Amino acid sequence: MSGSPHIRTPLARVRGFGTAKSGTAHFWHQRVTAIANIPLTIAAVIILITLLGRNQAAAAQILGSPAIAIIMLLFLTSITIHMRIGMAVIIEDYVHDESAKLALLMANTFFTIVVGLAAAYGILKLSFGL
Amino acid sequence: MAETKAPAARPLSPHLQIYRPTLTMMMSIVHRITGFGLYFGTLLLAWWFIAAAGPNGYARFEWFIGSWIGRLILLGYTWALIHHMLGGIRHLIWDTGRGLGPVEREWLVAANLIGSIVITFILWVIGLLAMGGSV
Repeated sequence: MSGSPHIRTPLARVRGFGTAKSGTAHFWHQRVTAIANIPLTIAAVIILITLLGRNQAAAAQILGSPAIAIIMLLFLTSITIHMRIGMAVIIEDYVHDESAKLALLMANTFFTIVVGLAAAYGILKLSFGL
Repeated sequence: MAETKAPAARPLSPHLQIYRPTLTMMMSIVHRITGFGLYFGTLLLAWWFIAAAGPNGYARFEWFIGSWIGRLILLGYTWALIHHMLGGIRHLIWDTGRGLGPVEREWLVAANLIGSIVITFILWVIGLLAMGGSV
């Protein structure tokens, strides 16, 4: 309102345009992925510890076996969606400079997609034996 | 009410420096810190899975994960996963409006902290003994 030449309030200016209908999307996706993460995290931790002390051939065989590979791909999908939303919240909480915030939010999207696809590529390569 | 003065500079809203630290507050902070750490922990997963394709790459990864710093990072990563998972369950319970009373909320955060250590220990025992991994 400060400095606005309009007598109309911000509320009056947006009234009638309807909502974006996506105000709770991040809230909801964070909870859906949180619930998916519960069993997937427990499975992933056990799988990772199981790999310790095994040689490359054994590790590749375990990670590339159908059940383990599918669990890990589901885990990667769910955690990367979850962590992209979570990091966006952290950035929005602490970074108040508008251009720095936009740059970091964009970097957040790029990082989560790159790390998620890179890890998934590793699993798929082991599964298909390429 | 004749003269109106410009309002004095006042704190906008009370923040961490105002409140006495409580367990629920500290656990809220730890939840955010573990989430932040787990974000970058995915780099370890990507390295692990990509390295597993070949003996040379895996030798480098094994050298790292077998070192004491590598073990510590993996232990910290798995503990952070479990701690953040239990913290998430706590928040899902709170989302339903339950467990917010003065006794229940303290009980929930204590269970979160103790549970994370116990469950991490159990999963390492299962992974190392039952599933045949080795330190």
